[in-house]
Amino acid sequence: MDKTVAGVADAVAGIKDSMTVMIGGFGGAGAPIELIHALIDRFRATGSPKSLTVVNNNAGNGRIGIAAMIDHGMVAKMVCSFPRSSDPRAFTQKYLAGEIELELVPQGTLAERIRAGGAGIPAFYTPTTYGTDLAKGKPVAEFEGRNYVQERWLKADVALIKAELADRHGNLTYRKAARNFSPLMVAAARLTVVQVAQIVAPGAIDPEHVATPGIFVDRIVEIADAVQEEALIRAGIEYA
Amino acid sequence: MTTKLTNAQIAWRAAQDIEDGAYVNLGIGFPEMVAKFQPSGRQAIFHTENGILNFGEAPPAGEEDWDLINAGKKAVTLKPGASFFHHADSFAMVRGGHLDVAILGAYEVAETGDLANWSTGPKGVPAVGGAMDLVHGARRVAVITDHVTKDGRPKLVKKCSLPLTGVGCVTRVYTSLAVIDIAASRFVLREKFPAIGLDELQELTGAELVVEGTIADLNVPEL
Repeated sequence: MDKTVAGVADAVAGIKDSMTVMIGGFGGAGAPIELIHALIDRFRATGSPKSLTVVNNNAGNGRIGIAAMIDHGMVAKMVCSFPRSSDPRAFTQKYLAGEIELELVPQGTLAERIRAGGAGIPAFYTPTTYGTDLAKGKPVAEFEGRNYVQERWLKADVALIKAELADRHGNLTYRKAARNFSPLMVAAARLTVVQVAQIVAPGAIDPEHVATPGIFVDRIVEIADAVQEEALIRAGIEYA
Repeated sequence: MTTKLTNAQIAWRAAQDIEDGAYVNLGIGFPEMVAKFQPSGRQAIFHTENGILNFGEAPPAGEEDWDLINAGKKAVTLKPGASFFHHADSFAMVRGGHLDVAILGAYEVAETGDLANWSTGPKGVPAVGGAMDLVHGARRVAVITDHVTKDGRPKLVKKCSLPLTGVGCVTRVYTSLAVIDIAASRFVLREKFPAIGLDELQELTGAELVVEGTIADLNVPEL
């Protein structure tokens, strides 16, 4: 059992046009910048992958990461809760020009839809959005005297994830609030690709401390000195 | 003469109602200020929906860890007894009824407890974040807001004109002029800024202010 791959190009191999790609991270915490930029490099070289649907809490910030994917014209649709980061110009420009589709999902519903996708649960009911514009067209049911809105699972072809430690089985730990959506996305995608700060020997991660069991992980690549999205943005760095 | 509370004073007043040991979520922006005004001897535990319980103040400039941020993507620190968790657990805390208090900002609040705080209409890029989740599940959902809009129109109304965040969810409103409970689809006036008359306050309010018993003075220290 060895899920490690040699480099980022191998890690993102096989991601095709029109796929749905879940990308971990909330703001800069947990954003797998090296994997995203490897995908952009392939797009620059080959013109693919394009027409992607990207699932993330936000819709990119500055001119790096998801924002750079949008700038390059790789993204047809964003599924997110908050497409207004501190510097959301990449998404905003495309959205106002009608060149990118937006599916706006409340943050908890987004998390639960991804969780349901990974758990094989096709739909669930939540009080969130009841009586609001975001509930339009969705089935409503009453439980114990209160109204709930039906939401459906969200699944992906690929998940791109940043974690802290991995062993070659794919057992993962995360760093601080960089965990966020990642433990949900790893289960909801058919192919889960993880960049980690360090690959350690099996057994080196205490089983009590494993945050994501390796069964959900397909490929692991070690990026020892990974960049942090927020630090890049504050340094004015672009991936244009 | 002061004619209304400052934002800091509104936040201070809201903080006085947070019990020792309460689990609390503060909305992005103005509501974050509430954390600064916890009464001495009480310690609330603050939840941020991106996966931290018991976070503390911002670190000094230059010592930020950008993997340690709050929902507003601002750098925070941890207090002893903090924990990390993923987003499904985070929103289980929110929607599963485990939070004691959520404090949010508002564009409009209706006497029915309806809240509008996420969209000012169809222009621009819509964004909702966690607001629609937060209004469901917390045992108390409170709003802090100026009593009127920047151009002087009431923010407390019979029916919201802006897109709703949630229906019948707000239970208490702390404004720059009053503390108001929402009970049985009515605004019940509990405290009033001393310098304003009841009639004047009613004129600045878009629905009837019901008086039950004594109206206390809304007294807040200089901050």
